Amino acid sequence: MKVALFIPCYIDQFYPQVGIATLQLLEKLGCDVAFPLEQTCCGQPMANSGFASLSKGCDTNFVENFSGFDYIVAPSGSCVLHVKEHLHDAKHPQKALDIRNSVYELTEFLTDILKIESIDARFPYKVGLHNSCHGQRGLHLSSMTERMLPVFSKPEQLLNMVKDIQVFKPKRNDECCGFGGTFCVFEEAVSVKMGKDRIEEHNDNEVDYITGGDTSCLMHLEGILKRQGSKVKTIHIAEILNSVL
Amino acid sequence: MTAKHAALAEKFIADEPRTDWHDDTLWFVREKRDKAAHGLPEWEQLREWASQIKNHTLSNLSGYLRDFEEKATANGVIVHWVADGDEHNKIIHEIIRKHNIERIVKSKSMLTEECHLNEYLQKHNIEVIDTDLGERIVQMRKEPPSHIVLPAIHLKKEDVSNTFHEHLQTEKGNNDPQYLTEAARGHLRDKFVQSQLAITGVNFAVAETGGFVVCTNEGNADFGAHTAPVHIACMGFEKIIPKAEHLGVFLRLLARSATGQPITTYSSHFQKPRPGQEMHIVIVDNGRSKQLGREDFRNSLKCIRCAACFNTCPVYRRSGGHSYHTAVAGPIGSILNPNLDMKANADLPFASTLCGSCTNVCPVKINIHEQLWKWRQVIVAEGYVDSIKKMSMKGMAFLFSKPKVYRFTGKFGRLMMRVFPFIADNNLNVWYKQREMPEPPKESFREWYLKTGKINRKE
Amino acid sequence: MSARENILNNIVANQPSLVSLPVIERNAVIDYGDRYAQFKTVLEDIGGKVELIQDIAIIKEKIIADKENGVFVINTIEDITAINEQEISLPASELEKLEKVYIKGTVGVAENGAVWIYESQMRNRLLPFICQHLVLVIDKKDIVATLHDAYDKIEIDREGFGVFIAGPSKTADIEQSLVIGAHGARSLIVYVVE
Repeated sequence: MKVALFIPCYIDQFYPQVGIATLQLLEKLGCDVAFPLEQTCCGQPMANSGFASLSKGCDTNFVENFSGFDYIVAPSGSCVLHVKEHLHDAKHPQKALDIRNSVYELTEFLTDILKIESIDARFPYKVGLHNSCHGQRGLHLSSMTERMLPVFSKPEQLLNMVKDIQVFKPKRNDECCGFGGTFCVFEEAVSVKMGKDRIEEHNDNEVDYITGGDTSCLMHLEGILKRQGSKVKTIHIAEILNSVL
Repeated sequence: MTAKHAALAEKFIADEPRTDWHDDTLWFVREKRDKAAHGLPEWEQLREWASQIKNHTLSNLSGYLRDFEEKATANGVIVHWVADGDEHNKIIHEIIRKHNIERIVKSKSMLTEECHLNEYLQKHNIEVIDTDLGERIVQMRKEPPSHIVLPAIHLKKEDVSNTFHEHLQTEKGNNDPQYLTEAARGHLRDKFVQSQLAITGVNFAVAETGGFVVCTNEGNADFGAHTAPVHIACMGFEKIIPKAEHLGVFLRLLARSATGQPITTYSSHFQKPRPGQEMHIVIVDNGRSKQLGREDFRNSLKCIRCAACFNTCPVYRRSGGHSYHTAVAGPIGSILNPNLDMKANADLPFASTLCGSCTNVCPVKINIHEQLWKWRQVIVAEGYVDSIKKMSMKGMAFLFSKPKVYRFTGKFGRLMMRVFPFIADNNLNVWYKQREMPEPPKESFREWYLKTGKINRKE
Repeated sequence: MSARENILNNIVANQPSLVSLPVIERNAVIDYGDRYAQFKTVLEDIGGKVELIQDIAIIKEKIIADKENGVFVINTIEDITAINEQEISLPASELEKLEKVYIKGTVGVAENGAVWIYESQMRNRLLPFICQHLVLVIDKKDIVATLHDAYDKIEIDREGFGVFIAGPSKTADIEQSLVIGAHGARSLIVYVVE
């Protein structure tokens, strides 16, 4: 089973530790992981801003890098969702389709493909779980409070395997953090207000860390936390599952 | 040029405690909706039926509208067809003139808001009294409603008290909702009894019977319709549903989605004018046939105006309906309004993080968040985007298609941020206004992988 | 071309290709073990009152008592007392003073506490809306589970008007505070006849 590691651009540039944790975790769990060296971005920032028409070069590069693997795994729900919904290559339509069918976000890869039941990790802290919207509603990583369907959560399922961890959920369990791509600067006031409100609910639980599956959300929350001088830190779920501190 | 959502939202949020109150109030309505939905094990199935009934209806809209007109006409109702808001207003004006009408009451109709009926009639010195309590309040304050179901949700009881003190001479400083509602009751019952024309909206028009249904909690639509000698019901043509039995599906979803009630107090089924009364139905296009032709967006015409999407939207709750500068705000407004005027409403599809909650609460399963994304593509293709954004997007597209350039730019950018932090840490950087920048690491993941990671792995 | 022709032509040109109506599987719809109990619970939750009675004679007594006390009461239920045709067709300005009206309903709906009334039952469309207090009477056997069942039992085009009424008039338009008695009836009581 050959797994390609897809590291989103902002993780590559600003949060390499998330990529490192993902790679180490997958290998611990027995995967043969390759890292295609010429990958750049999935194209989501442009597409979500209305410029999907400009993404051909980016998409072609993506298809070139990620063809020929059994699975492609990324520590990011929004990037994976974007690839699943929007990756096309006019010159290699089959390759693009194969990629769309074999790309996975990290937590769903662990629960649905590797089907892990236990994990050798320890994280003795109070952790608030943030449900990133695209992973939750787009990839169905967990159920949502607004739908009347059975309750489940893949990230929570994994976190509960970690020793000594205390997982807390905020009062509004699946409200958006406010990052939203370029929304975070073009609607700055609303974006920050949404982030502040998330943080307040996590503070109500007196958590040490806020975690989730999308570094974009965490980067936005971290920016606010730091500006507030808060002791609360953000950490990607891959790092917890890999017990990296 | 109208102010855009981002700027209006910023003003709204500047009063943070009030924003919290607005947000909490609407979230509470969303929670009531959840509770009501949980009470029906068949909730998700009901949504699927409603969605399919509407899909079917859109595919035979012309047939159903013809059936409806035939039956309504046979029932003694006068049916009018109008292309746009202007024609809608003119026809109503004609009826008013013909009957020498001076006293008009109107119950909630978002369609008449869309057509700016009140302003048109006011220009001709004709007064219309909006009789829904929330609408009456905003009418007195000379503001538009901020929510299609809860028009005065942005106002506190102190605001209402001040307004009623000014217009109804209620006690100054008495904020008791019961007292204020009682004052409105007396004032409005008087208007009803004297009314010569009642204008109502239409929640559902039934093709099978030629009749229509109007839902209220206050009874204000009925009070006017059953006293006034003339009743005009205004509807967008997408309000049509095929059969009476389908009302079972839609009425079970409507109030639960809107406010968490199992049903509105009154669900009035109008078939014929009462003896001696003249009843009109005005069927309005106003861009709807155009939207019908847009394959990606025609689903938005399934909307039953419940506003569940407003209540769940984290952006709407923190920016308020007035930030959307249109008659129908919120997520559904953002996919309907660009069709009416793309330039003026180009900002609306961007007033969203695409979280997808709206799509999940929609009782007729409109894929709102997907349409928001698609409108963004259309708006950019039409050129309604600012040039700086366009340039930076082109730059990004170039970067991401050239791996070496991407890597170089990333490395250089991080280096600059480390050596000259003020490059990013300044007030020109919008991110930096209220957030710290992320720490720029020395190595990217790829650099780490090539230096350290790759060594331990076969390639 | 008239606006009508234009609009219809545009619709024909733009409507999507035909898809079929869904089948509404009624056995997927909720039912209640005790429909009367559900009806009562829901209606009382939304501000109405429900009373189970054995005989409509009880209502007749109430009407007579009200009239003796000079309360402006109108009864539209033929089986109870004679109907005063003159009162029923009073102008709105007179009916505005109407204190109470008694009307027979066709079905009650357990899931939402609603009662369906035909125009022929209310006699004057304005009566249920203009009165200060509304009294409705239904038979217990006519309480159905859901609106689907209700629409099976009624024909909405049989007469010129009909309405589902679920509770007294109300509003929450002032800071979401629920106020019972907006423009219409301040109270609703439903007598359910066993």
